[in-house]
Amino acid sequence: MSTNNGTSKGMNIHVRRFIAYAVLGILSFLCLIWFYILFINATRSNSELGRGFTILPGGYLLTNWNNLIHGTLPIMSGMLNSIIIAGLSAGLCVYFSCMTAYAIHAYNFKGKKAIFTFILMIMMIPTQVTVLGFISFMGKLGLMDSFVPLIVPSIAAPVVFFYMKQYMDSNLPLSLLEAARIDGSGEFSTFNRIVIPLMKPAIAVEAIFTFVSSWNNYFTPALIISSDNKKTLPILIAQLRSADWLKFDMGQVYVMIAFSIFPVIVVYLVLSKYIVGGVTAGGVKE
Amino acid sequence: MSDKKYKHQTGSKVVSYNKWGVIFLIPFMVVWLIFQFIPLVTTIYNSFFENYRSGLSQIGPNFIGLQNYVTIITNGDLINYSKNTMIMWIIGFIPQIFFSLLLAAWFTDPSLRLKGQRFFKTVIYLPNLIMASAFSMLFFTLFADSGPINSILVNMGVISQPFKFMSNVTAVRCLVGFMNFIMWFGNTTILLMAGMMGIDQSLFEAAEVDGATATEVFWKITLPILRPILIYVLITSLIGGLQMFDVPQILTNGTGDPTRTSMTLIMYLNKHLYSKNFGMGGALSVFLFIITGVLSLIVFRISYAGEVK
Repeated sequence: MSTNNGTSKGMNIHVRRFIAYAVLGILSFLCLIWFYILFINATRSNSELGRGFTILPGGYLLTNWNNLIHGTLPIMSGMLNSIIIAGLSAGLCVYFSCMTAYAIHAYNFKGKKAIFTFILMIMMIPTQVTVLGFISFMGKLGLMDSFVPLIVPSIAAPVVFFYMKQYMDSNLPLSLLEAARIDGSGEFSTFNRIVIPLMKPAIAVEAIFTFVSSWNNYFTPALIISSDNKKTLPILIAQLRSADWLKFDMGQVYVMIAFSIFPVIVVYLVLSKYIVGGVTAGGVKE
Repeated sequence: MSDKKYKHQTGSKVVSYNKWGVIFLIPFMVVWLIFQFIPLVTTIYNSFFENYRSGLSQIGPNFIGLQNYVTIITNGDLINYSKNTMIMWIIGFIPQIFFSLLLAAWFTDPSLRLKGQRFFKTVIYLPNLIMASAFSMLFFTLFADSGPINSILVNMGVISQPFKFMSNVTAVRCLVGFMNFIMWFGNTTILLMAGMMGIDQSLFEAAEVDGATATEVFWKITLPILRPILIYVLITSLIGGLQMFDVPQILTNGTGDPTRTSMTLIMYLNKHLYSKNFGMGGALSVFLFIITGVLSLIVFRISYAGEVK
């Protein structure tokens, strides 16, 4: 009885592998089943939905879709508003986060350490705790019911800043910037013409994350926006929920939910390699 | 690089490049001041005033000192809604950390050699990107009294009558916790994996030579080394939990029903903001600011303080 290898004491490797696959299978099922049911139900008519769930899709997807866009919810303008707000937020956020990170990365000035420490300290404080002052101050500035309070604040994004700073630490040698200076390039044009192109991989990852979080944001837009034609998709979803939904055509409800979720899923599946790789980079490196 | 010919700078001229560092910081600082700092000060300022609408008449603003803070504690609201928030956070967090640790350990275990890792990682991360309000609306329709889940359960003979999920305290809380679990365990798994892959492989090899089982390796080597990253996950998740809003708000249409047992702190804040009770809303915000501020400082100390050179 002098065996000293792990397999004899612990579980057999095949058993462990089987358990791992079983658990992974169940968890994957729990992640995906909801979207499958959503897809099936979006293709069925209201009366079919009333008769219970089926495994196979129905043929009412286009009918439901037509009913939805000709209905009372301003869904197409909602989509457009969401794209405009999320797109501009993402663009401004990555550009200015690069700029802030570059200021800390490439220059030496008084108070630099203090500012860096400060940005990292405010990183985790959620926007919800200042939202009361935010809406009252936006009211004073005459910016209620406008896209500005939903787009411009993304310029000051500590988490994105930190990601960019870390990326610069390993990918942007200062000697390159010295070389640009010797060639006579101005500081601002060095940033735009040399730094930004080198940051492309980091910019792509963070642009996706910022776009998605702005696209999904419900709390702040619901407090700022009041006119129908300015509403974003999450506000319309909430409106659907607070409507007397039993009177609704359930087929339309499911198409509406699918319409808000599936664009993100498609983009994600195309870019998943970069997205999953980018998750860890903002966190700690132990 | 540009092929244009630029005039070279003369060596004797001392150019202060470093002022550009300050210039590049201006956009961040200005935006932060206007959209974060002034709002924070305004929030704190508002918390010291009586300021709300009663019917059609506006009460205040009158300075009342700390009265709003006293009210919010003594009327039990703060404690109640903190309790709801924490219960729903814990219901989601326990399975989240359990399965994340398990999956991360399996994915990084070289002896297991799991196939299809890319696929599984892609699938478990997917729910994190889904619009929480739409996901919650989906759950509301799926778990409605006449929804597909009830129809499936009745057809399978599990229950004879549709179960009223939305009128049951435990069911609503568990649904919220479950949605949070599904939306976040993939993210946590990937974070923990990064931590586990950073562990020196020779430690595992040494343990194997000494005859340790996979379970022993996990408890005696992996977990202790992962401690800082686990604390990071715990606290960031707690900060996220305190912000819980979209899922319970949409699921219960903002009521926190049944009988406000699923009303979270931010839902309560949202109620005050809609009814324009800025005094009470302010006091609540300051509480949340202090709690998240302390938690943030802990995260900063364990994770980021070393970044500032």
